[in-house]
This record gives sequence, C-alpha cells and structure tokens, in this order.
Amino acid sequence: MFNKSIDIRDVIINGLLAGLISLSLSVIGLIALLSEREIISGLFTTGHIFLVGAPFAMAYVTAGKVLSEEKSKALGYGLLIGVVASVFIVVLTTLATFFDIRRFLVNVTPVLIEFLTFGKSLLIGNILIVVMMGVIGLVGAGLRILPEQFKHPLTSGLGWTIILGMFSEILASRIRAFFGRGVHKLIFTGKAFNVVSATILLVLIVGFTYWNDLRKKDQPEKEEVNDQTDGTKKRLQRIKMGVFGVLLLIAPLLLGTYLTEVTNNVGLYILMGLGLNIVVGFAGLLDLGYVGFFAVGAYVMGVLTSEGALGLGFTFWTALPVAVLASTLAGVILGIPVLGMRGDYLAIVTMGFGEIIRILALSDLLKPYIGGAQGVLQIPKPELFGLTLLHPRHIYYIILVGVLIAVYVSWRLRDSRLGRQWMALREDEDVAEAMGINLVSTKLLAFGIGAFFGGLSGAIFASKLSSIFPHSFNLVVSINVLSLIIVGGLGSLPGVIVGALILVGLPELLREFAEHRMLMYGILLIVMMLSKPEGFIPSKVLQRELHAHEEPEPVSSD
Amino acid sequence: MAMLEVNDIHTYYGNIHALQGVSLEVEEGEIVTLIGANGAGKTTTLRTISKLLTPRQGNILFEGEDIAQYAPHEMVFKGVAMVPEGRGVFARLTVAENLDMGAFSRDDTKGIKQDLERVFTLFPRLKERRSQVAGTLSGGEQQMLATGRALMAHPRLMLMDEPSMGLAPILVEDTFKTIKAINEEGTTILLVEQNATMAFSVADRGYVLQTGEIVLDDTAENLKANEMVQKAYLGIE
Ligand SMILES: Nc1ncnc2c1ncn2[C@@H]1O[C@H](COP(=O)(O)OP(=O)(O)OP(=O)(O)O)[C@@H](O)[C@H]1O
Ligand SMILES: [Mg+2]
Repeated sequence: MFNKSIDIRDVIINGLLAGLISLSLSVIGLIALLSEREIISGLFTTGHIFLVGAPFAMAYVTAGKVLSEEKSKALGYGLLIGVVASVFIVVLTTLATFFDIRRFLVNVTPVLIEFLTFGKSLLIGNILIVVMMGVIGLVGAGLRILPEQFKHPLTSGLGWTIILGMFSEILASRIRAFFGRGVHKLIFTGKAFNVVSATILLVLIVGFTYWNDLRKKDQPEKEEVNDQTDGTKKRLQRIKMGVFGVLLLIAPLLLGTYLTEVTNNVGLYILMGLGLNIVVGFAGLLDLGYVGFFAVGAYVMGVLTSEGALGLGFTFWTALPVAVLASTLAGVILGIPVLGMRGDYLAIVTMGFGEIIRILALSDLLKPYIGGAQGVLQIPKPELFGLTLLHPRHIYYIILVGVLIAVYVSWRLRDSRLGRQWMALREDEDVAEAMGINLVSTKLLAFGIGAFFGGLSGAIFASKLSSIFPHSFNLVVSINVLSLIIVGGLGSLPGVIVGALILVGLPELLREFAEHRMLMYGILLIVMMLSKPEGFIPSKVLQRELHAHEEPEPVSSD
Repeated sequence: MAMLEVNDIHTYYGNIHALQGVSLEVEEGEIVTLIGANGAGKTTTLRTISKLLTPRQGNILFEGEDIAQYAPHEMVFKGVAMVPEGRGVFARLTVAENLDMGAFSRDDTKGIKQDLERVFTLFPRLKERRSQVAGTLSGGEQQMLATGRALMAHPRLMLMDEPSMGLAPILVEDTFKTIKAINEEGTTILLVEQNATMAFSVADRGYVLQTGEIVLDDTAENLKANEMVQKAYLGIE
C-alpha cells in the first residue's frame, strides 16, 4: 500500500493534533482532576494516562502507516509526534508562569501547572515533559511495529494493568473486604497498586495472553473432528452460561454496597435501553421523548404508594402493574399522532412529548396530585414476605428480574412475525406498506412495548430513590439512553448492556468525569461514529451495511 | 363473477383528480394488462386496488366482496399482493431475508418452504445470491427479488407495476416469460406496462388508460391491431 504511506508533514500534523488533545484535556481541568487518581502509587496517575494518551495513540496509528521494513522510520515518527505534542504543554506551562491566564482559562490552576511540570522548576519540568512525551511516542510506535505474537500480549498487559489501576480504589476495597488488611497492604499502597504488585499483574496478563494466543493458534488445525468440537463447544457454552448465571445471582455479595448501587443504576438504564431499542433499533422509529415513559412509570408508582400526603395507599407490588400499564398506554397515545411522521419530524415531536410530560410534572395544575416542583416524597421500598427490601442488593434482584424479562421478550419478539414487521418498517416504510404490513398496529406496538419497559424502569427507580422530582426527567435521560444503544450497537441486545456499562457505569466509577460527562459522551460518540459506527456489538444488518465495501458477504447455506 | 371488479373509481391526491372513473374487470386465471402514458394513473389504479389509497367514489370488489372494509395489510391475507413500481426491495437485507419478509403474514411453514422452492425454480439467480445484500443486486435481479417476494405471500391476484422498467431487452423477454409461467401456475395477474408490445404478447385482455380514464378495452389481439394503440403505444405510424 504505497499510496497510504505518509510523509513528514502528516506526521507533524498528527503530532500537533495529539498535542491539541492533551492541551484541551488539561485546560478543561480533567487532567488535574484525574491526577488525584493514582494508578501505581508514587509513580503515575490517571492524569498522566490522559495527558499522554493522545500522543501515544497517534504514534501507534502513524507507525502503522509506515512500510513494515522501515522500522527506524516508524520509531522516528513516533518520537517526533511525542515531541511535537509536548510543545503545547510547554507553551501552556510557560504562559501560565508568566501571565495570569487563569482569568480566562479558569481551570489552569497552580495544581495543574505543578502536575505538568512534575513539581520541578519551569525549565526542568519542561525538559521532563518533552522527554516523557517523546518516549511515549517512541513506545507507541515501537509497540505498533512489534511482531503480532508479542504485540497483542503486551498491549493487553499494559491496557488491563492501567484499566485495573484506574479502578484500584474499588478493587482495593473489595480485596480488603474479602481477604483482610494483610493482603490489602501487600498489593496496595494507599488506594493504588504498588510497583511490585503492578509488575506482577502486568507479567501475569502478558503471560496469560501469550499462552492463550498460542493455544488458539494451535486449535484450527484440529478442525477435522468437527462434530466432536461442536459437542464440546456446546457443553463449554453451557458451562459458561451456568457460571455467568451464578455470578449474576451472587453479584451483590461480590460487589459490595457501593458497586451494587452502581450496578442498579446501570440496570435501570439497561431496562430503558432495551425498551428504546425496540422502538429505535427494531422498528426504526427515532424517539427522543423516551424519558416521558420513564417519568410516567415513576410518577404513577410514586403517587400510588407514597406514604406522604399525596399517597393512595398502594404497595409496590399492586402499583407496579398500574405504573407499567400507564406508561404503555402513554406510549400508544404518543404513537397515534405521530403515525404519519418519519425521521426528523418524528424525533422532534417525540422530544416535545418528553418535555410536555416533564412540564406537566412541574405544573401548578397537577401540583395537588403529583406535587409540582416539590415532587413526590416518602415513596416506600418494596416489601416481600413481610420483609422490606431496603438494601441495594434487594433492589438489585428486582432490577435483575426486570432486565431478564426485557431481554427475553426482546429476543423472542425480534424473531417473531411482529419482529419481521418492525424490520420491514425500519428498512423501508413504503415497501413495507406495499407488502401489506399494517403500519398502524406495527408502530403502536413498538411504542407501547418500548414504553412498557421504560415505565418498569421508572417505577423501580421511584421506589429505589424514595422520592422523585420533575428535574430527574429531562431530555438528557432520553439522550443518554439513545446514546447507549447507539454505542452498543443499534438493534443488538448485548449491545444495550455493553453500552449501559460504558456510558452509565464508567462515569459513576470515575467520578471525576461527572462534571465532564456530556463532553465525554460527545467525544465518545464522535470517535465511535468515525471508527466503529455499527457499535461495540453490532446487529447483523448494521454490520453488513457499514462494512459492505470492505469484504464480500460470505455465502452461507440456509 | 369476475375475480376483481373495479367500478367507476375516482381517486384523488388532495385536489388532484388522478382517477376519473376507472372501471375494469379481471377474471380468475387471466393476465390483464393496463397500459397508458406516464402519469396516466396506472400506479394510482394499482395502489387503489391494494387499498393503499381510498377512492372517493366507486367501489372495488375482490371475489365479490367490497374491499372498502379492509385495511391494506388485510388485502395480503385476502390474496392480493403487489410488486411495487421501481423494485421496492429492502436494500439492507439479504435476498433470503427479503423473501422471508414476503411470507411474514403466513404461518404454514411447509407452504412457505414450497413457495421458496418455487421462487428459486423461477429465478435460479436468486438462489445463487440468497445471502447477498439486496441493495447490491443488479436492477434486473432486484426486479426478480421484488416479484419473488410478492410470490412468497402466495397471492391469488398479483398486481405488477412496470416489471420491465429499466431492463435490457434480453431481460425484458425473460421477465415476460416468467410472468407467463407464474400465471400458468395459477396466479391471476394485473399487469401495468409501458412496453405495450410485450404486454400484449402475454396478456389475454387489456385496458388503455388516458389521464385517469379508461379509453379502450379489448382483447390483447384486438388492441394490438387498433390504430390508435399502434400510434400511441406501439410506435407504429
Ligand atoms: N403522491 C402524489 N401526490 C400528488 N400527485 C400524485 C401523487 N402520485 C401521483 N400523482 C399524480 O397522479 C397522476 C397519476 O400518477 P401515476 O403514478 O398513477 O401515473 P402512472 O400512470 O403510474 O405513470 P408512470 O408510467 O410514469 O409510472 C400523475 O399526474 C401524478 O403526478
Ligand atoms: Mg407508475
């Protein structure tokens, strides 16, 4: 691929781009925030990772575009990218030292500057940053040109060690809970890995990946015994499913209270994601007002069960069917006026619907019934067999059942007649109609079933939180849910789960991101759309469409 | 009693009076063709018959029943399938998935399988390309797919809207052979065409539509010999 090979100008541009990214992350304050989160005690922090992430990735990518024989050229380019990128940081620290740029860049704090100069003087600090970024560029490029058998284990090792390191705080607390202080002290210094444990971890992961790769390489040769491997494969699959099932059941014990709480939030979003996936992913109806159904479910649950002045004396279990039915009905009611709308118009009108629900919740008109801006308070926790389900791990099981039902229903619907009608509708409304598909019932069923799960999620949400307020139900919720199904892979069920873990779970774990959550969403979505538009776990149709030009579809019998 | 009876229908698009009293009949087992210039109202007629449009006046009887009471999707259950103009196939789905879609209203697994075999016998090309994405098929292949998909609904009356549009002459001939074959296997066909020569070669009878009105109806033989038809639609001076 001679035409793809790049020249020095492109390299410098890539370096500038990488530097710009590092600079941006610094001036918005993210780097300083993340510098609190140590990865290896006393050595480096998550802030460092984000600071050098862009030059590293850019060097890695750029080195891949150099002919494979020209190893030194690739390394040189990597070094150049790192050095060019570091210039931005040097300029930033220098300017910040001599001028009061904090007046317009409020996040360029002394803490940040100290971090960027490694606590040394400006000159020494700047030399250090240039050297460090240069080395990072070298490492990035070097990793890229390694032979595959070493590259994969090394990248996995580095990647996983860093990721585990980022979450070492949680890891540390779990390890202490299970194995006691002694083990904890051995592995962690403060909240982070110590150098020894990190090195052991790295070596273990590299070793395991290397071994696993070798094992995989051996396997294809045994393909003649197809039937047998098929049998064992199925058994292996069943064992995996079993282990996974058990893990799901005992998860709250392993995770502890805080992580269970996070999991519950993720679970509620998975429920909503599965519901919206039916509307958007299966039927292709772009619905931006999905939060409306979540709100209806939550408010019906809240008002029916509240022990405050508004309450009507229902229990969680008697209110649940009412709440879910109400939101389903809301789905159908929204569906009727938008039957004739498509695409952009549909998106705008549904968005309006979501806002109407929120404004109704805020309104004085309904205040006597649903509390207006004060919301609904004193919503009781569910009770089961005389036991109040107070603890997050109790709620976990309720959400788990909800999610399992939603997964099962989605999965069965996808392959049903209705599923095919949705698919026809999504692919081409006109052709679907000409084929005699009843657009009215097909659309209303999608809105209704989608709203069902939104309402279920909302009802559990209300009971879990004990109080609900109108501002919990704004447009951002709809956008979050839509983003997570897009990132996961539109129309794909495992995609919804992965999307929720990434977009809802991660920011909760990396609390530093909370402030920059929307920014991170934006960046992630842009990067995804550029590099993997079909999502992490794409559905069949999307995968085919977006990679149609790359490889011909293998002809399979069936 | 004719299988399909269209009685003096008037169909509008808003204020546009597209069909101004169209009447026609199709007997069971026939191929009937409807010819006319661009914009004459041929597609509108088919869309009205399949209930995608509702006439303001007049009625349509299918097997003696007024179809006014039915929704579009119910027409498929009743046995009327349409091959839309401009080969409406689901571009992102594979050939097999498209065909599968055609049978969405059916439960009889066995019958579906038989019809799939039948489609593959009629169009061996589709069998070869069953896992190809429909959008990447050639124009002719897409037409085959659209026809095949309509057949998957196992219709008794098939409405075909310009199946030869945009095809090379050699493919056009094949298309009409296939239409004849489908008809001989027992499907009644109402065929809208621009290519009057080919249409008359397979049809039993024909209607000529001019700005929303039927101006001629006769056997295919007679229409072919008709001076006005020769001038306007057969290019014979
Ligand atoms: N959706 C629509 N809205 C308004 N007018 C329409 C619409 N569809 C068709 N028409 C008009 O109705 C008349 C009949 O159109 P129709 O599509 O039935 O013609 P046709 O005989 O099928 O023509 P062609 O051979 O070009 O396909 C035309 O004048 C057309 O402009
Ligand atoms: Mg037409």
